[in-house]
Amino acid sequence: MSDLEQFRQEVSAWLEQNCPESMRMPMSSFEDIFPGGRNPEMSDPDQKVWCDRMAERGWTVPHWPKEYGGGGLQKAEISILREEMSRIGARPALTSFGISMLGPALLEFGNEEQKREHLPRIVRGDVRWCQGYSEPNAGSDLASLATAAEDKGDHYLINGQKIWTSYADKCDWIFCLVRTDNSGSKHEGISFMLFDMDQPGVTARPIKLISGSSPFCETFFDNAIADKRNLVGEAGKGWTIAKYLLTHEREMISGFGSAPKISVADMALEAIGADASGCLANSVLRQNIAQYQLDTMVFGATMARVGDEAKAGGGLGPASSIFKYYGTELNKRRNELNLAVLGESALGWEGEAYSEGRVSRDWLRSKGNSIEGGTSEVQLNIIAKRVLGLPDA
Amino acid sequence: MALVLNEEQVMLRDAAAGFLAEKATIAHLRDLRDSGDEHGFDAEVWREMTEMGWAGIAIPEAFGGLGYGYTGLGLVLEQAGRNLSASPLQSSVLVAATVIGELGSASQKEALLPAIAAGETLVSLALQEAPHHAPLHCAMSASKAGDHFILSGTKLLVMDAPAADAFIVLARTAGAPGDDDGLSAFLLPAETEGLTVEPGKMVDSRAYGTLTLTDVKVAEDQLLGDIGQASKGLGHALDIINIGLASELLGLSAEAFERTAEYLKERKQFGRVIGSFQGLAHRAAELFAELELARSIVLQALQKIDEGEPDLALYASAAKAKLCEVAQRATNEAIQMHGGIGMTDEYEIGFFIKRARVVQHLFGDYNYHLDRFARQSGF
Repeated sequence: MSDLEQFRQEVSAWLEQNCPESMRMPMSSFEDIFPGGRNPEMSDPDQKVWCDRMAERGWTVPHWPKEYGGGGLQKAEISILREEMSRIGARPALTSFGISMLGPALLEFGNEEQKREHLPRIVRGDVRWCQGYSEPNAGSDLASLATAAEDKGDHYLINGQKIWTSYADKCDWIFCLVRTDNSGSKHEGISFMLFDMDQPGVTARPIKLISGSSPFCETFFDNAIADKRNLVGEAGKGWTIAKYLLTHEREMISGFGSAPKISVADMALEAIGADASGCLANSVLRQNIAQYQLDTMVFGATMARVGDEAKAGGGLGPASSIFKYYGTELNKRRNELNLAVLGESALGWEGEAYSEGRVSRDWLRSKGNSIEGGTSEVQLNIIAKRVLGLPDA
Repeated sequence: MALVLNEEQVMLRDAAAGFLAEKATIAHLRDLRDSGDEHGFDAEVWREMTEMGWAGIAIPEAFGGLGYGYTGLGLVLEQAGRNLSASPLQSSVLVAATVIGELGSASQKEALLPAIAAGETLVSLALQEAPHHAPLHCAMSASKAGDHFILSGTKLLVMDAPAADAFIVLARTAGAPGDDDGLSAFLLPAETEGLTVEPGKMVDSRAYGTLTLTDVKVAEDQLLGDIGQASKGLGHALDIINIGLASELLGLSAEAFERTAEYLKERKQFGRVIGSFQGLAHRAAELFAELELARSIVLQALQKIDEGEPDLALYASAAKAKLCEVAQRATNEAIQMHGGIGMTDEYEIGFFIKRARVVQHLFGDYNYHLDRFARQSGF
């Protein structure tokens, strides 16, 4: 038996033994995602059990090195782990900004002490992280941020305001862009800092959205403190880290468009029916769905191609902007189609008949996809300038 | 199969790019057009292409080809699309050889494929009878009379017909237009009695022809495949053919786009380079994203042919529909963004939109393939 075959058997046996039955069911909403942290929100206590067991092996983040708590697995082994998990329908044990965004940035730019301190806690889901990027007057013009960090010897004193801070009211720590110097261009003087949200001077207030729910907060810093050893990289050189992290964020958000749950066509056949030749009995809707499904298939092929190119040694390059732009536009199209397919039953807000407004809330939430993490227009600017080499205005 | 090219494929692509950019460019197409050349391609350039083995890239070694598969042929077609290179690479190699490979008996393949691979014989497919692609609606009759068939009817838009040595003619030996059963394919030499070719040119300056068959006598051994059973093999061949055409559309769309993006960096209006206007820059960026997506589906579909994918129809219609859409947009934007100069015959950008439309319509346009994609997806 090859090593990989043996690994597969071990993984399979371990999962069979350790994955709780309740974690082998598809997630039905965002609340089923386990984010970790000091006060984890759980729809089922098994989420914590499952996360702890996976974390013990480093398999919540299988690709990170073992010395930082990760699984230290090779690509082929990670594929096997994913395949075996999907074979039994196992949910991801832990999904967090620590894994998808801060971790990669620390691995690239953090010092040894920072990696050893923070990465294992991310792997175990001990600390839930939020991202302090956007500000009320910055938005797409991220580099014009104003939150100030004053050097006080062994620590920084932070004053200012962030906005659109996802889950700030529920997170333990923040990775935050702050201004340590005002004298140069707006891209200079920005620093990348980590600090505890559980301290006097930090306030996070949820912002209610058109979807009725609220993943976002406005966050205020009034003499908050960041220990100096939690400055990542050099003071004033944080913009490079910020940009690196943004490519990871773009990739994460673009994933929204790539994994449809049930096909829109099947949903439409059920809701509207077929004509004598088996075609959907609404020809205009049929065409719109066909165009959407075609683009979804082509987008999937592109994700696969870029993945294969990366394995063959090519870089991600402009792909993250293309994915962010296209993936989020696709997701918005899907949500509009859901409304068109389900008709008025998709427009409910409260009450059982309207599945508690799930479709309408998802539809409204999707409108944010092409705004958050850099608007579609910002992504198109990036492609136009960095890839096509078109000049600035 | 990983969605990346291997070393051999990269070499083939680069060789094709180099040769075509020197020997079969838009300037050559313009010369062929202006000289009124009946065949619409340069026989000497075609001979050199066949000497490099391009006509046999996808033909198995057992039948005189190189056995590189359709991914290889697709790469050459993409480069032909970039340069708008005129040759029988589409009519005889992509179309006819593929149909023969699907329908022909071992002895027919032995007789025909090595000759096509060597460029000695040019074969073209005579399929279409109306303005739109609808293979099952074939009405041309082939009635049995003793030990032979009698064919009568008309075929339109036969590629490279004036230069063809032989035609694969699709006719109905049973059933009515629309039926799956009863379609038969026959191989007819160009000089067959009762067969006339009326030569013509299409908007892309390539040669086409209308075939008129008047009581043409066809022997049984000219039948390709089993009588009345051509539909399935033809359908599979058309899937492969449409993926090949999608490769050509990819090449011409990418080239038209790149020329346009360069123009956006040079042309000044209102005292600024026009590429600095966000209205144009965003459209260019969107088109770039669409082209990246198009590249993925073409490569995936080509690989699916070579892997023997049983569900090829889904990939074929996906690739053709997507590339029809992208080619339409890329060539329309090319003209619009070039402005007035894009409307002149002297400037080369206009050649792309003309070839694009013809390739889009060959063997099913966007509407046809989007509809088919939906059917293949079960709705």
